[in-house]
Amino acid sequence: MSALWSLLRRDLLLALRRPSEVLTVVFFFVVVAALFPLAVGPERATLRMLAPGVLWVGALLASLLALNRLFEADHHDGTLEQMLLSGTPLTLLVVAKIAAHWVLCGLPLVLLAPLLGVLFDLSGDALGVLALSLLIGTPVLSCIGAIGAALTLGLRGGGVLLALLVLPLFVPVLVFGAGAVEALAAGLGSGAHLSILMALLLLSGLFSPWACAQALRIALE
Amino acid sequence: MRRIAWTHYAAPQTFYGLAGVCWKPLALLALALALAGMWVGFMVAPADAQQGEGYRIIFVHVPVSWMSMIIYLAMAFWGVVCLVFRARMAGMLSQALAPTGALFAFLSLWTGALWGKPMWGAWWVWDARLTSELILFFLYIGFIALTSAIQDPRRADRAGALVAIVGAVNVPIIYFSVKWWNTLHQGASVSLTRSPSMAQTMLWGMLLMALACWVYTVAIVLYRTRSLILQRERHADWVAQLPELNPGLRP
Repeated sequence: MSALWSLLRRDLLLALRRPSEVLTVVFFFVVVAALFPLAVGPERATLRMLAPGVLWVGALLASLLALNRLFEADHHDGTLEQMLLSGTPLTLLVVAKIAAHWVLCGLPLVLLAPLLGVLFDLSGDALGVLALSLLIGTPVLSCIGAIGAALTLGLRGGGVLLALLVLPLFVPVLVFGAGAVEALAAGLGSGAHLSILMALLLLSGLFSPWACAQALRIALE
Repeated sequence: MRRIAWTHYAAPQTFYGLAGVCWKPLALLALALALAGMWVGFMVAPADAQQGEGYRIIFVHVPVSWMSMIIYLAMAFWGVVCLVFRARMAGMLSQALAPTGALFAFLSLWTGALWGKPMWGAWWVWDARLTSELILFFLYIGFIALTSAIQDPRRADRAGALVAIVGAVNVPIIYFSVKWWNTLHQGASVSLTRSPSMAQTMLWGMLLMALACWVYTVAIVLYRTRSLILQRERHADWVAQLPELNPGLRP
């Protein structure tokens, strides 16, 4: 357990020493969200309708962008091999890596999304549900994405490959995440969607660290 | 006795021989079944009361859609065998299945579009089944892209196995999420349910075509596995001594 905390602290500290990587992801999210009104026109009703989908797709692409670097640096300097060889269960270390990745690349998106939602003329309730759905949904993205990141470790063209591999698996999260906000707008209430997102989080949180550890063993064998 | 046979054909050398004996008769059988199925489907079966002649695309569409799903399950099954028993043949079989699965998924989408235009008036609707079939196609593409990007065959096998298993776990979740997404959006404006009961001959045509697809898949997978074995074992002695690679030595 102490290994988990120290690895988490180390990853966060490393990222804080070089904040540009985290900021790139955050600004990517902002820029992508800003492109849509320019493309579809500034009609407020249209924007309000598009907002959940646009912001969710933006968040999904931003977290995909960051997934590449999840194991890359540790693989490069040999830290990852030491983790494999250490007595601590690899699954536990993977949990720490995923958690650190989410705090760095998922949490900023959650905090930023309501702000961007204002640009799309979302109501106060919708902003809250949007943030909540991202808060539950982005960890799922990190969990599933980590498996892909481990499998494509050190491969040529890894980034595009990772996108191809992982994006189809993100579909349920996208459907229920964006659906939660849309359901609220339609007057249906977002409880069902959020419950299913939570179920997805529990499932992926339970199984993906294990699968990710297996993938790392395969990649580094 | 069973156990011995199982491990016997788990070695690439013996599997190569077995596949070589089997694939040609199976391919011929598939051709015969497909011809019979098409004859029943296009000549014997009556036109549908509601859909006219246009319904006949189902003799291709339904079997290829079935196969596209079954092949993914088969890939995941061989993936489990590959990871659990570390069997080399399982990984090769899994990789040999993927292109055929992708082909069937693509054909399913294509024939579905051909059917949809006259029946629904649109090439594509975001129906739950269509969308999940599209995502299944993406999963196949991801699997093929990953396994072909990895140079080391052992790593490619095991990474592919893991992806196939993760995908197979996700397929039902994706299906239900897409289904719910669709029903929330637009309700059942389009339903895939057709006329209540199917004429006997129509059913026969479809069953024949489905069998043809099964046998074709087995034949082509055996053939592709043989190529994979030759590629991977090219430095082995038994490959160097194969009669088909040494025409001069043939007695």
